Amino acid sequence: MSFLEIFAFLLDGFKISLLIFAVTLLCGAPLGLPIAFCSMSRFKPIRFITKVFVWIIRGVPLMLQIFIIYYVPSLLFGLDIWKRVNLYFTTGNQLSYAGSVIAVLIAFIINYACYFSEIYRGGIESISKGQYEAGYVLGLSKNQVFKNIVLKQVIKRIVPPMSNEIITLIKDTALANCIMVGEIIYKANVLAADKALIWPLFFTGVFYLVFVGLLTIVLGKVEKNLNYFRS
Amino acid sequence: MALLEVKNIQKNFGKTEVLKDISFSLEKGEVLAIIGSSGSGKTTLLRCLNFLETPDKGTISVGDKLLIDGADKTTLKDEQIRENRLHFGLVFQNFNLFPQYNVLQNITLAPTLLKKGTTEEIEQNALRLIDQVGLSEKIKAYPCELSGGQQQRVAIARALAMEPEILCFDEPTSALDPELTGEVLRVIKGLKNENSTMIVVTHEMEFAKNVADKVIFMADGIIEEIGTPEQIFENPQSEKTRTFLQNSLESF
Repeated sequence: MSFLEIFAFLLDGFKISLLIFAVTLLCGAPLGLPIAFCSMSRFKPIRFITKVFVWIIRGVPLMLQIFIIYYVPSLLFGLDIWKRVNLYFTTGNQLSYAGSVIAVLIAFIINYACYFSEIYRGGIESISKGQYEAGYVLGLSKNQVFKNIVLKQVIKRIVPPMSNEIITLIKDTALANCIMVGEIIYKANVLAADKALIWPLFFTGVFYLVFVGLLTIVLGKVEKNLNYFRS
Repeated sequence: MALLEVKNIQKNFGKTEVLKDISFSLEKGEVLAIIGSSGSGKTTLLRCLNFLETPDKGTISVGDKLLIDGADKTTLKDEQIRENRLHFGLVFQNFNLFPQYNVLQNITLAPTLLKKGTTEEIEQNALRLIDQVGLSEKIKAYPCELSGGQQQRVAIARALAMEPEILCFDEPTSALDPELTGEVLRVIKGLKNENSTMIVVTHEMEFAKNVADKVIFMADGIIEEIGTPEQIFENPQSEKTRTFLQNSLESF
């Protein structure tokens, strides 16, 4: 295999890594918000349940969570949904792993939503009471105060920790290979096993580095755009 | 008929009685200064007037409208509270300007959200207020680019933009460097000349003496003494007032 062929082969895998990254970010980031509000709820049982849930999700390895989502439906209910989806999308001898990808996405979205929720909670709780009160005494409603006064200050504060988490996310996508999803490391392993080529495994690092480099530039721009005020 | 009528306000935080039995009234155009040592309940009283705290007992009326009766345990609806708040404005000790908005936006935000006029009217009014507090050159500046005194003047303009009937100040100069207090006090004094009704919690005795029409001295959650500045500062009746004034006016 030529270098270009190997590059294209790895790139195919990296597309799956990027897919997991993008869907997790797009679904996990909004989902973190209701979880954050529940963990700050005035209603104690809700707060308690949310905190226990976040504790479990953050306390158990993501790889284990992927295994649980992937295997538990068939173990408990004898329902092999993920494999059925895989088969459904399989055409000819081109084996599909769409079902496995969905299982991975569910695990990733729940896991990352919990991490994001804690970042949001920290950001929201760090805004001084005075900002809310200043809005209230002007006659604004709670929603107006949150939307027009608090939100942007929260965003400014959570950009650095969110950047960190987002950078971790792209590298965590490699965990998907534990249930045979063909992301980039999985592809490199295939090359190692079938063609006895070990260098592509190390070469995958370049993909991650380039992508993280781009992310760093974009996130740095976002941070800079919010630099016009101090809070 | 008094503009503001406060009757028998009580407020506890847990077991601590912060306000024991506060009653006073204020005529339109009057300036009331509230003095007293820390922990005497001055700030809590102001927060009750602005509905940031709910009194446990007592009533607050503006004009002939009863705004709140602490004994009435049915909680007020958010909407009702918001409407009540519009009678009052509050200027905080630490300004609490909105950091992501510039001077003009800080002032126009609430009137815009509450549709207090057309965009143009709101902006014209804001520009007039900015001019009134002497910050016409700083319209586009963000709070972090302003000195404490300038920030507090913006905060005053922001409160005025909602045209409150009674404007409250919670130690408006306590967070300022001494050389900056003058500019803020001058603005407040200017408002008095425009016949604004104001309640000022302050440690600036000279200011209370010269600007207020009425002075309340608070101690341990009650009004220890109330009267004209002359009565309170020249001829205090209560022992506590005398001690407090001696300590506050002590020169070194």
